[in-house]
Amino acid sequence: MKVTINGRLIEAKEGQTILQVALANGMYIPHLCYHDKVGAAGKCRACVVEVEGMRGLQTSCSVQLRDGMVINTDSETVKNAQKLVIDLMLSSGKHDCLSCEQNGNCELQDAAYFLGIERASVQYGDINRETDESSEFVYVERDKCISCGRCVEACNNVVVNEVINFGNRGHHTEIVFDTDLPMGQSTCVQCGECSQLCPVGAIVDKKNKGVARYWETQKVRTTCPYCGVGCQLELHVKGEQIVKVTGVEDAEPNKGRLCVKGRYGYDFIYSKDRLTTPLIKENGQFREASWEEALGLIREKFGKIIEESGPDAVAGVSCARSINEDSYSMQKLFRSVFKTNNIDHCART
Amino acid sequence: MTNSFSEFKNAKCFFCIGTNMTEAHPVAATFLKNAVRNGATLIVADPRKQPLTKYAKLFAQIKVGTDVAFLNGIMYVLIIEDLYDKEFVENNCVDFDKLKESVMKYPPEKAAGICKVSAEKITEIARTLASFKPVMLCYTLGITEHTCGKNNVMSTANLQMLLGNMGKESGGVNPLRGQNNVQGACDMAALPNVYHGYQKVTDPAMKEKFEKAWGVTGLSDKVGLMMPDMMEGLVSKKVRGFWIFGENLANSEPDISHVEHCLASAEFMVVQDIFPNETTKFADVILPSAAWSEDNGTFTNSERRINRVRKIKTPPGIAKPNWWIFKETAKHFGHEWPSNSGQEIWDNEISVLAPAYGGVKYHRIENDGLQWPCPTIEHPGTKYLYKDGKFSHGKGIFKSVEWTPPAEVEDKDFPFVLSTGRRLYQYHTRTQTGRAGMDALYKEETADISIADADRLGIKHGEKVYVESRRGKVNVTARVTEEVPAGMVWMTFHYREGNANWLTNAVFDPETKTAEYKACAVNVYK
Ligand code: SF4
Ligand code: SF4
Ligand code: SF4
Repeated sequence: MKVTINGRLIEAKEGQTILQVALANGMYIPHLCYHDKVGAAGKCRACVVEVEGMRGLQTSCSVQLRDGMVINTDSETVKNAQKLVIDLMLSSGKHDCLSCEQNGNCELQDAAYFLGIERASVQYGDINRETDESSEFVYVERDKCISCGRCVEACNNVVVNEVINFGNRGHHTEIVFDTDLPMGQSTCVQCGECSQLCPVGAIVDKKNKGVARYWETQKVRTTCPYCGVGCQLELHVKGEQIVKVTGVEDAEPNKGRLCVKGRYGYDFIYSKDRLTTPLIKENGQFREASWEEALGLIREKFGKIIEESGPDAVAGVSCARSINEDSYSMQKLFRSVFKTNNIDHCART
Repeated sequence: MTNSFSEFKNAKCFFCIGTNMTEAHPVAATFLKNAVRNGATLIVADPRKQPLTKYAKLFAQIKVGTDVAFLNGIMYVLIIEDLYDKEFVENNCVDFDKLKESVMKYPPEKAAGICKVSAEKITEIARTLASFKPVMLCYTLGITEHTCGKNNVMSTANLQMLLGNMGKESGGVNPLRGQNNVQGACDMAALPNVYHGYQKVTDPAMKEKFEKAWGVTGLSDKVGLMMPDMMEGLVSKKVRGFWIFGENLANSEPDISHVEHCLASAEFMVVQDIFPNETTKFADVILPSAAWSEDNGTFTNSERRINRVRKIKTPPGIAKPNWWIFKETAKHFGHEWPSNSGQEIWDNEISVLAPAYGGVKYHRIENDGLQWPCPTIEHPGTKYLYKDGKFSHGKGIFKSVEWTPPAEVEDKDFPFVLSTGRRLYQYHTRTQTGRAGMDALYKEETADISIADADRLGIKHGEKVYVESRRGKVNVTARVTEEVPAGMVWMTFHYREGNANWLTNAVFDPETKTAEYKACAVNVYK
C-alpha cells in the first residue's frame, strides 16, 4: 500500500505504524516511550502528527497505516505540540547535560535538538526525587526520569524479571523496585535491560560513569565469553578499554538482551593478575622466560617422552572457553605432530 | 541443541528437566518466560524448587539421580494409554519393542517409589506432554552429570521420539551448553575419538584425508584417552607429558585432593592460561595466553551457531594468541603450518576439511552467525536438525535404558545427598567473574539446606557449618532456603574456600566419562 508523508509518496506494509514507516524512510519524529522492543505505549505524546481526515493530533507510534493515508509530521501545529511535550519533560527534571552519562546518546536531547529547544522554559521545575546508588552495577537518577515507562515494560515484559514498577512516592509517581526497596536490596538481577532501554540518563551503567563520552567510543560487535547462549554484545571501546557493553538489538540469539555477566563482567581482561610472560619452574620457583626458551623446553621434554614411551605418553586438555580456532590448533598439534589422539576438554562440566 | 533459541517464542509446551535456566542461561530463560506469558505450558522436573518453577504449570520435584525411572514412568503411561505418536514411531524409528520392554518395568507406582514424584503426577505429566505437539525438551547438566548421564540423555531422546517431537520447529532435545564454547570445543575435535566435524579417527578414509590435508603420515587410528583416564595415567606414569590449556582442573574437577595428587604426579606439565590459578602451581612451564577480546576468532553457541569474536586490545606483556602458541610449538617439531590468523585457520582449514562447516566463512558471519550443518556457501544454515523426522543415520533408534542409582548414596554416616551447580553472579572457578566485580554480589560459598533440616539440626541462616564427605570437609556458611528439599545440600565450585569439589565423588559415566557432580553422600553439622 502507499501513503503520503510530508508530500512524499511512500510504500508501506500492512500492520506498520506511522512512526515505523517514517523512521524507516529517514524522517525523524521524536518518540520517547516507543521502542521496537516494548512496542507502542502512546504515553509520552512526543510523536504526535496530523493525519488528514482524523480529528486532532495522533500519536504516530500507535496509529496503523491505511492505504492512501496522508500524514503531516512537520507542520507548525505538530511542532508546537511536540515542543510542549519535550519542554515539559526538560522543565520537570534535572537535565544538566554536561556531566550526564547519556549526553550525545540521549533521545530527549535529540528531540530538543530537532525541535530547536535551546533551554527549558523552567529550570529544575520539580526536582527532589531520590537517586538510588544501591545497586552494584546500575545507577538510577530519578530526577532525570521522564516517566516514559520503557524500563517498566522492559523489566516486566521483555526480560520478565518483574522488579520495576510505577509507584507513588510523595506526590510523585516514580519508578520503584519491588515494594519500593533500594534497587540493590530488591529482587533485581542486574541484567541492565532497563538501562539499555532508558532513553535518557535516568538509568545508567555504573561502571561507565565518568569514564567515556558516547562519541569517543567505537562500537565493536562480539560474542559473550560466559555461557553457551552466545549473546551478541556491542563493546563500547575507548582506545583499548572496554567502557561499556550493550546487547546488539535484533541480533540472534539474544535480541539485545544480556545477563549480569555478559553486560558487566568484561573487565577481567584488564586485571593486573594476568600472566604476561612464559614462566619456567626451577627449584620449585617460577622464573620468567622467553618464548624461544619455553617452547624449546617443551620440544625437548615432549620429544624425549615420545621417543622413550611413544606418542600416547603425552596428553592434552583443551579449553571450552577459547575460540574454535584455538581448539582446532591444539588437537592438530596433538594429532599431526605428536601423533596421539589423547586430546580432550571438559565438555562434561 | 537440535533446535534454536528463536524457536522458544512459538513453543507451545516446554519440558525442562535438570536445568536451572534463570541462573545458568539467563537470557534463554527470558525467551522461555515470554513464551509462558503468551500461553505456553511449562513443565519442570528438578530436585530443587528453583526459580523456573514459579512459571511452571506442573513441577515434579524428583529425587536426585532418578531421571531414568521418572522418564520411563512417563513413557509407560504414554504407551499403556496409547498416547504416543504411532505414525512417527512407525515411519521414523526402530527398536520400539526394545524400548517398550524396558519401559514396561516402570509403571508409575514403581517409578514413583524411586523418583519420589507421585504416580498421579507422573501420569498427569505424560498426558500433558501428549496433548501438545510439539513439546520442546530442554536440559542442562542436571541430566548429564551422573554416572548414568548417558542413559539420562538417551531417555530424553527416547521420550521425544516417542512423542514424535523430533525434527519439528519448536520441538527437539535441547541441551543448553554450559560454557561459551563447549559446543565449539567438541565440534573442533578436542575429543579423543574424532577429527573436527565428528569425523571418526578409526575410519581409514578420514585418516587418509587428514594425513593428506595436514601433509603428514602416521596419524593414530586408535581412540585416545578421556580426561579422567589422563589424570589416572599421570599417577600410573602411562601419561608422562601433560598439557592443560585454559582449564582450572584443580578446582573444577571432582575430589580436589585426588586431582591435586594426579597433577602433582605429572612428570612434565605445561599449563597455558590467562591467569595464575590453582592449576598453574603444578606446571613446569606456564604459557601466557591472549584472552577474550585480544584475538579474532569464533565461538559456537548451544544452538550450533558460529559467531564472531573480535579483537579490541593487544594481549598484556608478551602473551600470545593460543593458535600462535600451538603453531610455534609445531614449528619447533619441524612442522610448518600455513595459517596465520583465526580467519585463515577457519576459512582455509576448518571449513574446508569438515562438510558441516563447508559453507561457513568469515565474510558470511560478520553479523549474525550461521548454524551448522551448513555445507555450501549458498546454504542458509540449519535452524533445527532432523527435519521431517529424517535422522542423520537413517532411523531414530530407541535405546532400552534401565535406572541405576548414583554411585554413592546416603547412609547412616553421610545422610545427606550433595548436589552441585552454578549461581547467577559467578562463573565456574571465578578466574574471570572474580576479577570483574561480581564478588560484591556473591561473596562466598554457601551450603544451601532446607528449612526442615536447619530446624532439626538447629542451624541458623548465615551460620558456619561443616559439610563432610568421604573425601573431604569444608567449613561454609549455611544458606537456609525453601529451594532445597529436606535431605539435600546444594553447593557450587566458585570459590576455592568451601569449594564443593573437596567433597564430590570422582566417579564417572562409563562411556562419556562425565563426573557425578550431582550426587554424593555428605553429612552436615555445626
Ligand atoms: S537525560 Fe538527556 S537531556 Fe537529561 S541531562 Fe541527560 S543528556 Fe541531558
Ligand atoms: S536490571 Fe534487569 S532486573 Fe534489574 S530492574 Fe533493570 S531490567 Fe529489571
Ligand atoms: S549475556 Fe549471559 S546469557 Fe548471554 S551468553 Fe553471556 S552469560 Fe550467557
